[in-house]
Amino acid sequence: MTTIAVSTTINGDDVEYLCHADESLLDVLRNRLGLMGSKEGCGTGDCGACSTMLDGRIVCSCLVLGAEAEGREIETIEGMAHGHDLHPLQTKFLEHAALQCGICTPGFLMAAKALLDVNPDPTEEEIRFWLAGNLCRCTGYDKIVRAVQDAAAEMRGDAA
Amino acid sequence: MRYERPETLEDAVGLLSATPERSHILAGGTDLLVRMKNDDFDADLVVDIKRIAGMGEIARTDAGFVIGAAVPCAKLAEDAALVAAWPGVVEAANLIGSTQIQSRCTMTGNLCNAGPAADSVPALVAVDARVKIVGPEGNRIIPARDVPVGPGQTSLAPGEIVAAIVLPEPAPQTGSAYLRFIPRTEMDIAVVGTAVVLTRDADGTVASARVALGAVGPRVIVPDDAAQMLVGTTLDDDTLARFEAACSDAATPIDDKRGTVAFRKEVAGVLARRAAKIAYDRAGETQ
Ligand SMILES: Cc1cc2nc3c(=O)[nH]c(=O)nc-3n(C[C@H](O)[C@H](O)[C@H](O)COP(=O)(O)OP(=O)(O)OC[C@H]3O[C@@H](n4cnc5c(N)ncnc54)[C@H](O)[C@@H]3O)c2cc1C
Ligand code: FES
Ligand code: FES
Repeated sequence: MTTIAVSTTINGDDVEYLCHADESLLDVLRNRLGLMGSKEGCGTGDCGACSTMLDGRIVCSCLVLGAEAEGREIETIEGMAHGHDLHPLQTKFLEHAALQCGICTPGFLMAAKALLDVNPDPTEEEIRFWLAGNLCRCTGYDKIVRAVQDAAAEMRGDAA
Repeated sequence: MRYERPETLEDAVGLLSATPERSHILAGGTDLLVRMKNDDFDADLVVDIKRIAGMGEIARTDAGFVIGAAVPCAKLAEDAALVAAWPGVVEAANLIGSTQIQSRCTMTGNLCNAGPAADSVPALVAVDARVKIVGPEGNRIIPARDVPVGPGQTSLAPGEIVAAIVLPEPAPQTGSAYLRFIPRTEMDIAVVGTAVVLTRDADGTVASARVALGAVGPRVIVPDDAAQMLVGTTLDDDTLARFEAACSDAATPIDDKRGTVAFRKEVAGVLARRAAKIAYDRAGETQ
């Protein structure tokens, strides 16, 4: 199979790579670019562990072709913290123990950040619906929802 | 396999016509890329239509709302005029998958995938949406209802592409609604889906009605006799009871792990009745 040359932007950096026509963006991120934060839980759009931003919308990178990223803007979990400065969502996930094994966590963080970008003050129901495409088999979701609520409050500047 | 990203419809048609048997059109990929992971998936060409001019846009023209084939369902909810005109279509399209799926999935893909339980298809059929098709033999416009012909099968000829779905301008005092039953609250395949569109007269009686039932037959079912029962009424309880029974009778579901025939027929009636009431109330809220 021939390879395709792709130029794209990942977390603000210009990136070029070669990939196969049927290779997913998730596989490109993990196997070609060494960005191992996005996880593969299912590969079929059901679990959200591979969630990344593509031109400002949250997508399952397992259901995007690497070749589709030409000229697009991608954000991954690797772009969330700045050095040792964690994003408020990351801090709150730690404080609320909103993770156990952690495989779902990058996807939840990316999806939760996408929610707070468009809705800084979501209700619990809105959070649960928005995150319905992210599965977690460890936490029971409650701690995740609390962490998102708490992070949202902090980001709005409300005293929790 | 090759991946192509044409910038015009003519180029896309040309590419598909050159490889008619073993090519696939890629819109949001939420069906196609899942299938591509199967070992038995075998193709020479994937044609991504998302870079074709206008495919990602919603335009309001004399013909109505022209929704480009690559418009992701999330974008439908962001179009206030569309939501006001056809809430039943937008709510059906927005039930597909999760937030992540919404960013990618399209109504055109939902229609062309021809799954019997596709959520947006009954809603499109109920509003009598048209589909603009371009192909090697020229262009044509057909009812959305005529695109799927059976599970996984469409009436599109090799090389043909759906360019847009066109929703008519609603008549004054028109309301629409879509309801589905799934065992969970989200992220599941419809056991039954029902769409109703109706228009009221000035005195509140129903002037016209259209009903479409999904997931209870190989294709969407349009029980016109049931819809006719609503006309001339204000949806009194007697009328609704007869309408519910007629919708249950019209459903021809199969037994499977998600529901029995008897259960699905009953739910088809119950949901159609509820959707009719919502559509009626919405019709009263419009000008
Ligand atoms: C996790 C998950 C959950 C889902 N949940 C739902 C659900 O709740 N309800 C539901 O109805 N569906 C659901 N689906 C299925 C899928 O998301 C929908 O059918 C979606 O609308 C498909 O749109 P797409 O743009 O992604 O299609 P694609 O995968 O791009 O295409 C689907 C088919 O249509 C063909 N096609 C695409 N565009 C055109 C065109 N312009 N002209 C001609 N043919 C074309 C393709 O070749 C392919 O055969 C789900 C899928 C996943 C992965
Ligand atoms: S790995 Fe992409 S959704 Fe599960
Ligand atoms: S922490 Fe283990 S799956 Fe969520």
